[in-house]
Amino acid sequence: MKDLIQKLSGVYGPSGNEELVSEAIRGEIESYVDEIRVDVMGNLIAIKKGNGTGKKIMLAAHMDQIGLMITHIDDKGFLRFANLGGISVANSVCRRVLFQNGTVGVIGYETELDSWKDITLAKMYIDIGASNRKEAEGLVKIGDVAVYHPLFSVGNGKYIGGAMDDRAGCALLVKTIRDIGDTPNDLYFVFTVQEELGLRGAKTSAYALEPDLAIAVDVTATGDTPKSKPMAVALGGGPAIKIKDASVLAHPMVKDLMINTAQKHGIPYQLEILEYGGTDSGAIHLSRGGVPSGVLSIPCRYVHSDSETIDAGDMDNGVRLLTRILEENISF
Amino acid sequence: MSDLLKRLTAAGGVSGDEGRVRAIIIEEITPLVDEVHIDRMGNVTGFKKGTTSNRKVMLCAHMDEVGFIITGIEDNGMLKFATVGSIDSRILPSKRVRIGDNRVPGVMGIKAIHLQEPAERKNAVKARQMYIDIGAGSKDEAERLIKLGDYAVFDSELVYFGDGRVKSKALDDRVGCLTLIESLKGDYPFDLYACFTVQEEVGLRGAKVAAYHIQPDIGLVVEGTTCSDVPGVEPHRHTTRMGNGPAISIADLASYGNKEMVTFLIECAENAGIPFQIKEGVTGGNDAGEIQRSRGGAMTAVISVPCRYIHSPSSVMDLKDLDNTVRLVKEFLKGCESL
Amino acid sequence: MDAKMFLEELIDTPGVSGYEDEVSKVIKDAFKPYCNEVGRDAFFNVYGKKIGNGGHEGPKVMLAAHLDEIGLMVKNIDESGFISFTNIGGVDQRILLSQEVIIHGKERLYGVIGAKPPHLQEKGETAKAVPMDEMVIDVGFSTEAVKEKITIGDLITFKSPLISLAGTMVSGKSIDDRAGVVMMLETMKELDKLVFSGEIYFVATSQEEVGTRGAIISTYSLDPDIGIAIDVTHGDTPDAPKDETHAMDKGPVIGMGPNMHPKLTERLLNVARDNEIGHLIEVAPGLTGTDARAMQVSREGVPTVLVELPLRYMHTTVETLDMENVKKAARLTALFIASLKEGWEECLTY
Repeated sequence: MKDLIQKLSGVYGPSGNEELVSEAIRGEIESYVDEIRVDVMGNLIAIKKGNGTGKKIMLAAHMDQIGLMITHIDDKGFLRFANLGGISVANSVCRRVLFQNGTVGVIGYETELDSWKDITLAKMYIDIGASNRKEAEGLVKIGDVAVYHPLFSVGNGKYIGGAMDDRAGCALLVKTIRDIGDTPNDLYFVFTVQEELGLRGAKTSAYALEPDLAIAVDVTATGDTPKSKPMAVALGGGPAIKIKDASVLAHPMVKDLMINTAQKHGIPYQLEILEYGGTDSGAIHLSRGGVPSGVLSIPCRYVHSDSETIDAGDMDNGVRLLTRILEENISF
Repeated sequence: MSDLLKRLTAAGGVSGDEGRVRAIIIEEITPLVDEVHIDRMGNVTGFKKGTTSNRKVMLCAHMDEVGFIITGIEDNGMLKFATVGSIDSRILPSKRVRIGDNRVPGVMGIKAIHLQEPAERKNAVKARQMYIDIGAGSKDEAERLIKLGDYAVFDSELVYFGDGRVKSKALDDRVGCLTLIESLKGDYPFDLYACFTVQEEVGLRGAKVAAYHIQPDIGLVVEGTTCSDVPGVEPHRHTTRMGNGPAISIADLASYGNKEMVTFLIECAENAGIPFQIKEGVTGGNDAGEIQRSRGGAMTAVISVPCRYIHSPSSVMDLKDLDNTVRLVKEFLKGCESL
Repeated sequence: MDAKMFLEELIDTPGVSGYEDEVSKVIKDAFKPYCNEVGRDAFFNVYGKKIGNGGHEGPKVMLAAHLDEIGLMVKNIDESGFISFTNIGGVDQRILLSQEVIIHGKERLYGVIGAKPPHLQEKGETAKAVPMDEMVIDVGFSTEAVKEKITIGDLITFKSPLISLAGTMVSGKSIDDRAGVVMMLETMKELDKLVFSGEIYFVATSQEEVGTRGAIISTYSLDPDIGIAIDVTHGDTPDAPKDETHAMDKGPVIGMGPNMHPKLTERLLNVARDNEIGHLIEVAPGLTGTDARAMQVSREGVPTVLVELPLRYMHTTVETLDMENVKKAARLTALFIASLKEGWEECLTY
């Protein structure tokens, strides 16, 4: 699992630019699935057929990560940027970024500002070491996207890196694809695009696939750090079964299926209420005539930073739980 | 073309009240297409059957403009209103409007400077505090001229000025409508759907149902977009520049352009020697968002005519930018079959 | 069933957004005697179908009033057994202090939301509202008992049964939009007195309070020709702007604006005028906060009208409504449906 997460979390893939992630995942699962394809939006769809008696289940984990899109190159070769997804000032100041072609930059800010509070993304820039516009234009162009420079570490059973949101979810699905045994259910594993821009890939893929039910796998926040926002999810407490976030109220049937399966197999789990944010299930459950949907969440500290931190045990238990759920005979 | 632009921009067409614009468009496109379809939200689609291919290409421009709707009539005959679409209420004081089917004139007054406290002048006026004066002395008199729910538009004529510049209301997105009409004059191998949508300014409402109906393979949206190359705005926040040609979007808040399509648009412009610019910034959103994510998804891209002072009675554009936008769309249509 | 009794029963039945199982069953049973068919989908939308008695072909009409209610949800249980909570739907935190609630755990538990006594308050503290995340619910059991009976994610409803005020006014929780559901039942009764055509679907929609989600799903499923959204709007109170509220004694309110179909709305207004049913007009400049927003743009577009009931103190436990408006709105809606005879399609074209 460590190698898989390290590999996937290091692949360049900001929203709208998921091609390399898609290729990497394809390489990991191709020999384990019955069919694999890419749709017009760029979603990677891998199908594992059941024995024909079960449900059609859609699993979704998003391939994209948040990024910084270059909007302007000034005379001195500094780059201005706009955020793709939830890039925050606090998590960006003086961080290193990486472009697809390997160009490295540092995020700076206009130091004439008096207060930290006055810094906005529009008052920040990326320094790629170019001494003028021409030199900069030789390295990047308007519309190119940078990501936080990925640096993977392992510390005391924790994985730390960029883009755990949601390569951890992708890794969890990859491992589930490899581990799963006989199942009655037809499984559609969808590695979605542009989640960070508004659940976009999930919307079109859910429409095209028309599943009976769906489970998204994504990271969630925790409430276990000093003076954090109150939240009853802890790192290492087991995979979290979502009850609600701003995008979806988990369908009671799916939620109960997940809880009952965890209890039946003695897999640790926690219940998650996220008072903001959203994930692919938000789009999937409103597709066509409605798709009962739930979410399996991976507790993650420092979400949307270059040091997103997850727990190895949560990942392993997440795979166990999802695998057991997908092997169930589901009756509704 | 310039006469048509004048007619298109003069027509009042606030989101939800696009009838006058629709009438002009139906009249203009009927001779050019195989079929005109008007759906139940009021979107107009001109369909041209392809000569050899069954691929569906959807061109899209919205008919609606930002404006006002009458929400109340005071006992003294003054009208309360709300803005439809996003309008900076600071531009409203001392403007003329036209209300309803009969184009009843009205003014948005503000109490005279002499009557204001010095501190008051520093505060922006909110639309909620404002009213429209149609000269009626009582509620009864006002109700003889207008009714609740009537829409109002800025009263602003199209003016040619400077070196090839145009000022008008509603350039966003009558420039797109005009571009689509011009594009329908050609013949194409694929099925072409030129879709003139309603209610873009209140949330891409028309495009959602139109795209669901058409199910396009390829969608190209033609817009009027923000141009902020004016004093007081730092160069890195200009988004587009007047006179530099049509702006091709990489991404905005509603959609990320399909990369093959964006690359192809750039090639089209370069091969035909059409000036163009890449839109800087990831701001705003338009019908492409709904088209791209309709049903199972479609390829989409956006090109725009830069418009200064957008969403105001005095939007300004460069005629060359409009000409070049029309040229670029035609070039795109010539070759987009290969996508 | 009598309208007021039905409203009373609905208000007593829990149905917080996403968890409308119980209330949807009550509604399904209530619809049954007045419908040709009733059904329910996986998201607890209730469908009652009435087939026209007019003989000729008519439209497929969908009425929608939402059955879900705002409420609270258990967020955590602390070491002393106090329960912290979050909101489902728009809850004004200022109404919460000292409120009585029911927690729907393994069993139904009564609880109160605590409030700090005035004696302990710092000077100036009373000027600020208490934030929701500083409030807790006290259910009076030991920590172990609480944790045995209650878990994270359990729903919490307010305890505020229907009471009668002067005249025909009533007050209670969740009248938004249970009154709309009652109004649909009254419309069925009215329709039985009339000649009408087409297939009329009465849909009690789920999850409106969290983003008209039930309407998105049910409108897609039904694919109707015409939509009628039914919801509440703000009644007049001394502390609210006059031009954003509506008199309680002037009949139902008809919505106008881009979210509604102009010609269909005109027809609704004409039906009101022709039958001398008093009504008011509300102009919405953009999208309405009702199911109409979802219905209008479903699939290839659904021409939609909006009928609203004035309601004071919306999203509180003392929502106040005039039952007369429910009756008037039902009669208006039934007459409107009956007016959709042969040639009904003409009023949908531009």
